[in-house]
Amino acid sequence: MLAKRIIPCLDIKDGQTVKGTNFVNLRQAGDPVELGMNYSEQGADELVYLDITASHEGRKTFTELVKRIAAHINIPFTVGGGIHELHDVERLLNAGADKVSVNSSAIRNPQLINDIARNFGSQVCVVAIDARQTPQGWKCYLNGGRIETEHELFDWAKEANERGAGEILFTSMDHDGVKKGYANEALSRLHDILSIPVIASGGAGKQEDFKDAFTKGKADAALAASVFHFGEIPIPELKKYLCKENINIRI
Amino acid sequence: MNIAIIKYNAGNIFSVEHALRRLGIEPIVTNDKEILSNADKVIFPGVGEARTTMEYLRKNRLDELIKSLKQPVLGICLGMQLMCKHSEEGDTECLGLFDTDVLRFIPKEHDDKVPHMGWNTLTNTNSPLFEGFDKEEFVYFVHSYYVPVNNFTAAQTEYILPFSAALHKDNFYATQFHPEKSGKTGERILKNFLNL
Repeated sequence: MLAKRIIPCLDIKDGQTVKGTNFVNLRQAGDPVELGMNYSEQGADELVYLDITASHEGRKTFTELVKRIAAHINIPFTVGGGIHELHDVERLLNAGADKVSVNSSAIRNPQLINDIARNFGSQVCVVAIDARQTPQGWKCYLNGGRIETEHELFDWAKEANERGAGEILFTSMDHDGVKKGYANEALSRLHDILSIPVIASGGAGKQEDFKDAFTKGKADAALAASVFHFGEIPIPELKKYLCKENINIRI
Repeated sequence: MNIAIIKYNAGNIFSVEHALRRLGIEPIVTNDKEILSNADKVIFPGVGEARTTMEYLRKNRLDELIKSLKQPVLGICLGMQLMCKHSEEGDTECLGLFDTDVLRFIPKEHDDKVPHMGWNTLTNTNSPLFEGFDKEEFVYFVHSYYVPVNNFTAAQTEYILPFSAALHKDNFYATQFHPEKSGKTGERILKNFLNL
């Protein structure tokens, strides 16, 4: 049976992980490659590296980093951040990334999704959506949540699916950082209306939150950052717990 | 040991190259027929679309070369599908090393998403590639087309229906999954291939 996936997410700035970690056994806590290898050893099913660097120089650093990640990591990894056109996708795939994640640029230019799918296959195209509940329903946001758009979450996710996205990575901005669980109702609705896998993001605080994302939220994968980086939830323990709860997990 | 990776217009050549380096092997990535024919082992990777890839192989006469190889050959993902007889993807005549067709997954229910993407288990393993396996191991798949279970099936996986996760016939080995992306299990499979 296809396993539910556990995905640590690493934010990268100028080639280093941004959020601190308390892994004492790492020689260099900020090195994204070593951190990724450590997660892979622990049983992470995939990794996501998000480049939050703004500068042009930083982009080059990130591409070099992707090459190093590809050389060292033996599980699939997705890269995102600063992907504006097909050329960026090609650059990152050539550096060794398995998938790319597009967010704001896909809202600004939805044709990008079709172009990525046609040129490289749907399986490399992850469409990330940041959304928040408003009086008018779930609305999508741009630029890391700074700009509200007219796009409604479910309509946009459906459109991305139809344009050829391979997966939807949905972050609830209301739940992100609060550590009280994922947005399971919205996740479940996404599962029902889409024909592609959904990755839950934002809200993990305890082991039960992952179980709920997979059962109540019907998510195919659950992504988290700080609970992993700070060792609050060790991946081996999380996976043991999920197995015991009859979630199909790779051990 | 002299390991050659067939260089052509496929997507995952780098990943396979890196995976071998992690095992301490420096592979030769080449389309040189002489070097390929004389290598101890040959890996035929593949991520892409069947029709354009077969056309590329034919144009560069790599199709005849692959069929003529006598040393152990490992096809991966699209590489495995192209080693079969015919693929529904682009209605493509393939190499015919395995006398079986490649079909598209047809979802039966809402949860049957295509492509089949992620970690799934290997069962009924029956090949030296899986030497030392003592439980059902998870490996990483990404594919929309599958090879039905047949006489050459060397491992099975269940998604929508049981299909061939690996094939084996004489010196030709093939995996539908990506050993180069399958963590420690994948490394063991690659090592087993290198030790053949």
